[in-house]
Amino acid sequence: MKKGVMRPGHVQIRVLDLDEAVAHYTDLVGLTEVDRDDQGRVYLKAWTEVDKFSVVLREDDTPGMDYMGFKCLDEATLDTLRGALIEYGCTIDDIPAGELNDCGRRVRFTAPSGHNFELFATKKQLGTSVGNHNPEAWPRDLKGMKAQRFDHCLLYGVELEKTLNLFRDVLGFDLVEQVMTPDGKRVAQFLTVSMKAHDIAFIDHPEPGKFHHASFYLETWDDVLRAGDLLSMTDTSIDIGPTRHGITHGQTIYFFDPSGNRNEVFCGGDYFYPDHEPITWDAEKLGKAIFYHDRELNERFLTVLT
Amino acid sequence: MQIMTTEFCGPFQPFRIQVTNRDQEFLCPAGSNLLKAMERKNSGCISVGCRGGGCGLCKIRVVQGEFHSKRMSKAHISDDDLEQGVVLACRISPASDLVIESDQYQPPVAG
Repeated sequence: MKKGVMRPGHVQIRVLDLDEAVAHYTDLVGLTEVDRDDQGRVYLKAWTEVDKFSVVLREDDTPGMDYMGFKCLDEATLDTLRGALIEYGCTIDDIPAGELNDCGRRVRFTAPSGHNFELFATKKQLGTSVGNHNPEAWPRDLKGMKAQRFDHCLLYGVELEKTLNLFRDVLGFDLVEQVMTPDGKRVAQFLTVSMKAHDIAFIDHPEPGKFHHASFYLETWDDVLRAGDLLSMTDTSIDIGPTRHGITHGQTIYFFDPSGNRNEVFCGGDYFYPDHEPITWDAEKLGKAIFYHDRELNERFLTVLT
Repeated sequence: MQIMTTEFCGPFQPFRIQVTNRDQEFLCPAGSNLLKAMERKNSGCISVGCRGGGCGLCKIRVVQGEFHSKRMSKAHISDDDLEQGVVLACRISPASDLVIESDQYQPPVAG
């Protein structure tokens, strides 16, 4: 049941070299730099997003994800969810308004998977450059892959069952799709808080808190193919694709940013309504579930993480 | 073994990279990272991961020779590692012929 969490709002990614990373996410992925702060962080926005930023880059000596933030309906909802998290037993870290430029207060917690998440309700809106009144189809000054939005993250970690319980029971996410072993252990779970096939996904892994990828939405399969062209033109590290996922049925390509953080751009994919039963894949079909055409995992999918 | 931080200014010639644990060798031009040169030869003697210094899969130990190094993830390469010549092949380029051992990455185990 929905609890007022609306959508993925932002992800803060650690990078080894800020300039290289900014060039990657702007010139290649096609995000726009909108701000920098006194900590040296760079704020980026995809063109269809109305909020000021969705990706924050921070230079550090260990690549990976600092946290992913979800936007809630309003401040009252944020208060209610903060109380529900505390009641559930989560330790809360209250991040004051303005710690991220033009973002309201954030309620941060660590999921059983070992990842940091936060909820917020207020962020300055810049809108889109085509505006809200008789808007044109798209802005004509987009670069690279022309990513439309930050869509979701896939995270690797421990305690999938407890993580699902938290996201479902406290935050109002639904389980859309899962991978189960013969003895009934869930080893992958794809959760949504919207009509999208996934807003957050987890895969079982012995190390807590690992980052598999941040994903950005493209409009068409042709855009995914052209993303692959751009990766070759720029000699960027490709993981796999273009191909199709079994899970979600999205059309995808995986690649790496200059610090080894995996990115995905994808299009298509299934939709979800709250009366949909979860879709189940057997673990022995994991290859086909992840890469529908190859029908087997490349080893990197399971081992290459930041 | 010495980590050089200044730009290499020598003649533009490929260096010979010996991979002792695999009994293989390949050539790597100055300015190219080791992993990229290995992949061009398609020899598979170093494991390939993210190619960006993040994941640790291409961890090697440089037994002999000099190289330039870019920043790599502290989660995989500590200061002690660096002193011992333990580095990520995707983040170093040779400044001399090198002797290396690949397969230094240890995957995480369930705790």
